[in-house]
Order: sequence, then C-alpha cells, then structure tokens
Amino acid sequence: MLNFLARRLASTLPVLLIVSLLVFLMLRLTPGDPAAVLAGDAASTEQIAAIRASLGLDRSIAEQYLIWAGHLLTGDLGQSYYYKTAVTTLIGQRLEPTLSLALITITLAVLVAVPLGVLAAWRFGGWLDKALMGFSVAGFSVPVFVLAYVLIWIVSLKLGWLPVQGYKRLADGAGTWLYHLVLPALTLSVIYIALIARVTRASVLETLGEDYIRTARAKGLPEVKVLMRHALANAAVPIVTVIGIGIALLIGGVVVTESVYAIPGLGRLTVDAVLARDFPTIQGVILLFSFVYVLVNLLVDLSYVFFDPRIRY
Amino acid sequence: MPATDFEKLSVESATVHEQPSAWARVRRNGSVRIGGAVMALLLLIALLAPWMGTVDPSLFDAASRDLLPGQRGEITTLEGETVPHRFLMGSDSFGRDIYSRVIYGTQVSLIVGVCTALLSLAAGIVFGLGAGFFRRLDGPLMRVMDGLMAIPAILIAIALVAMWKGSLLTVVVAIAIPEIPRVTRLVRSLVLTIREEPYVEAAVSLGTPTWKIMGRHILPNTVAPLIVQGTFICASGILTEAILSFLGVGLPPDIPTWGNVMAEGRAQFNEYPHNIFFPGIFLAVTVLAVNILGDGLRDTLDPKMAKRG
Repeated sequence: MLNFLARRLASTLPVLLIVSLLVFLMLRLTPGDPAAVLAGDAASTEQIAAIRASLGLDRSIAEQYLIWAGHLLTGDLGQSYYYKTAVTTLIGQRLEPTLSLALITITLAVLVAVPLGVLAAWRFGGWLDKALMGFSVAGFSVPVFVLAYVLIWIVSLKLGWLPVQGYKRLADGAGTWLYHLVLPALTLSVIYIALIARVTRASVLETLGEDYIRTARAKGLPEVKVLMRHALANAAVPIVTVIGIGIALLIGGVVVTESVYAIPGLGRLTVDAVLARDFPTIQGVILLFSFVYVLVNLLVDLSYVFFDPRIRY
Repeated sequence: MPATDFEKLSVESATVHEQPSAWARVRRNGSVRIGGAVMALLLLIALLAPWMGTVDPSLFDAASRDLLPGQRGEITTLEGETVPHRFLMGSDSFGRDIYSRVIYGTQVSLIVGVCTALLSLAAGIVFGLGAGFFRRLDGPLMRVMDGLMAIPAILIAIALVAMWKGSLLTVVVAIAIPEIPRVTRLVRSLVLTIREEPYVEAAVSLGTPTWKIMGRHILPNTVAPLIVQGTFICASGILTEAILSFLGVGLPPDIPTWGNVMAEGRAQFNEYPHNIFFPGIFLAVTVLAVNILGDGLRDTLDPKMAKRG
C-alpha cells in the first residue's frame, strides 16, 4: 500500500509540473505588456521599464518560469495587478463560498443520483429508467445558466420561497447560509446528478447480472439488502471514479453559477480577474482549481481499496 | 400451434443474415432521426435568417426599448429611416429586436460548434497519429496532454480568450484546445490497436511507407469513432461559446449570439425574463439535438463505445 502510494504520488508530480508550465506559458506568451498594464496610462517609459525589472519580466522566459515556480513552492502566487494584494490572500477570502457551494452540491447530487441510478437499474426498462435516461440527456444539454434563471424565475420571483441572489457567511448562522445556497446548489447539481445517476445505473446493471446476486436472492435476502449490500457495494468503484472526474464539470459550473447568483467566490474571482486582465490572479485560480482536481482524483484512486477489498496495491 | 409457414420462415431467415450497412443502421436509428431533423431545421433557420421577417440584428431604436414579446414598435434602419416593426420576442434595453438577434445567433452557434469540432479533430488526429506511430514522441506528447486534461476545460477557454480578445477565430481556437487531448487519446489508442492487425503487419513487411499506412489502413478505421466524438465536441463547443459570451469574456457584445443576448438581459431579468428565456430555449434545444444525434451515432456507428458508455 505504501509502495503504491509513493508510486501514485510520483506519477502525479509530472502532471502538476506540466500544469504549472502550461498555465505559466498560456499567460506569459500574451500579446501586451503586463508592466504597461500595471503602470497605467500615465506612466513614462522609464517607469514601465522599472516595473518590468522589478517583476523580473526583463529576464528570459525560462528564468522567469523558474523564479515563478520557486515562489509557487513557497506558497506565493504573486501580487494581483488589479486588487493590489497577494493572490493567496484573495483566494483565502473567496474560498468559503465556493467550498460551501461545492460541498452542498456534491452531497445533494450523490444523495439523489445514487438511489435513482440503483432504482433505474433495478427496474431496468421501466418508466423510472426511461425517465432517468431522458433526464440525464437533458441534464447534459440545458446550460447551467439557463437552468439557473428558470429556477430563479419560478422559485424566487413567482413563488418567493428563496432569495434571488447573494451569499451569507456561515458565521452569520447556518440557517441563512443554507437558505442562500439551496438554489445555486440545486442548479449546479443537475448536471452532476445526470452524470452520477447514469454511471450508477450502468454499473449496478452490470453487477445485477452476477451469480452472487442470484445466490443472495435465492437464500431469501430482502431485495433492499440485495441491492445495497451486494449490487451497489460491488458497483461502487465506477461511481466513485465518475464523482472524481465530475469535479472538472463542477468547477466549470461554479464559475457560471457564482456569476448568476452573485456569490463572491473563486468562480466570480476568475471572471472578474479575466475582465480586468489580472494575470497573476487568473494564473493562481486556474492552478488552484487544477491542483484540486488532480488531488481529488488521486484520493479517488486511493479510495478503491476501501470500496473494493479485492483491489490491493 | 399452427402449421409452419415455410415460405415466410425462409424470407425471415434470409433477412436475419443480411447485415445492414452502417449507413442504413444510422438512418434507421430514432435518435439520429430526431437529432438530425432538429439540426436540419436549425441549419435552415441559419441560412434563411435574412428572409425570416428579421431586421439587421445590430439595428436599434431608442423609442422601442424594453418592449414585450409581440408588441409593435419602430426601428431605425442604417439609412436613418424609421420603419414600423413587430417585435416577436420583444426588444432589449437598446431597442434592438430580440427575435432578429436570436435568429442570427443561430448562425454564430452553428459555425462555432462545427469549427470547434473540426479543429479539435484535425489537431487530435495529427497528435494521435504522431504519438501512436513515433515512440519518441509518445511519452512527452501524452504527458502534455495529461497536463492539459487536468485543467478544467472552461478555465482554459476563459483564460485564452481573455488574452487574445474575443473574435470568432480566437473563441473557436480557445474552445477547441481543451478538447484536443481527448481526441488525441482516442486516435492514439485506435492506432495502437490497429497497428497490431495482420494487414498492417503485412503492409509494413512489404515496405509500405509510414504515411501510406496511416492514410490507407489506419485513418479509415478511425472515421466512425471520430464522427461520434466530433458530434459531442460540437455540442459542448456551442455550450461553451454561450457561456463565454454570457460571462462577458466571449465574442464582442455587438455580435448577435445567444450568450450575448442573455448577458444583455441579465440586468432586467426581473421585469423582462424573455430576454433570457428565448435565446436560452434555442440554446438548450440545439445542444440537446446535437447530443441526441451523438447518442444515436454512437449506438449505430461505434457499438464498442456504446457498451462502454
């Protein structure tokens, strides 16, 4: 196990290295001079040159990368051009809303999607199965912001049940916090539910054809137990995998959802930074999201041992 | 049990043995028919946009601001003439005709979807063939692809468009780039499988040049899976373009795209929700149709992938 852990971690490092290189090159090979942007319109040529030197922009691109990566290792993502503070501070301020939204969404999605997928597989070809498959195609196709506005219109404007926009911190009380996050999480979870339910259905469907299911039924086990203890437990690995892969989808959704619901999180920060052409912040947020994605999938890999004792590393 | 009708039986068994061609299977598939029909309709709308009772989508009139769907108003032409116009889907806060903008937006969406798919397929084929055929290229190239796949697609697109400034070309390229790794992986894995086939081995031993083997033996076998993949890329390309425009980082706001119409309607959503709903319906129906088409194509063209999915 330890051996596997070491190998798996070692295989993650090149990916992270390449991600950092890609993110660096993507924004450093930009037409336009960051020093000129930072200095403002009124700056003289000397002032711009001074800023360029202080940012290290007068060095070669390889040197620049090494310096930047060195700072990265010490947890320094640089200074925001626009907000004039450290990018790490900015990210720290915006972390709570995004984390809250993501965690509630994942919880909601798993709680809804897994039982739905199991039921659809159990009654394969039935009305629930057909409805779920239809829903999953629709869920992939309805854009998250269109769905957001439909929900705002019905739930908030017509029925007046939930707030239209905004975010309340957890420190202001768990009640109001959750109250403001229900609609965004509901919006964001639809595509995730579609994804997880589809894979759960396919995976459970496969295990339901196994001999041990027949054995379990033959020995008179209640159907719920057959489904949960035998079918779902053995179908867990693909489900956990897709939850991990779906994080990428979730991150894309966070950017849009936070923008629609005016939630001051990392997604909102990304869009604001892009509009202000604030490159260090864009770099920092993309790196953070990518590293989270890679690490979540590393954890998913490791969790296979827990979900399937037959897998040994 | 009635006596067996031998004549009928023989006819039936004859049809069972006959393998319908791939094209016939595709045409008979319900999903392909539904998705294809909607796409054909949208293509027609895109082509016939100027003759569908639309006005130039950039025209506006201060007297016709914030009209409700179906209301009559006026619009000022480029020559400065004011003509009466019926606003089927209402107007936005500049007094532009939403209906015209949505209809013309179909053109942009279809162009972006198809171009994104073609571009990422082309790049993916080149990289996939390269990685599959040249061992030295394989390692480094696939590591870069792994890295690219680790960055969420929408973030790559947003960052690239932010740097290049939005135009049709940059938006298409920015959306296509994050799709390339998946196509590369697909082509590479197909190359690695097909390479081991006896007929390729025979061609190699006969001294056939590599480019000829690629073109004659490998590429034709990748067509079906690539069509399926391309359809799904087209759907996600249309969706991503709308998201970029909606967030204000995509095509310039004066270009009529569904995302831009929705972005413009955001501020007044409470009073005029139709500014978001009409383009939203077009967008959702389009993406749904392309996805259904892709599902149908996958089931008929690529049975192996259908089982996996």
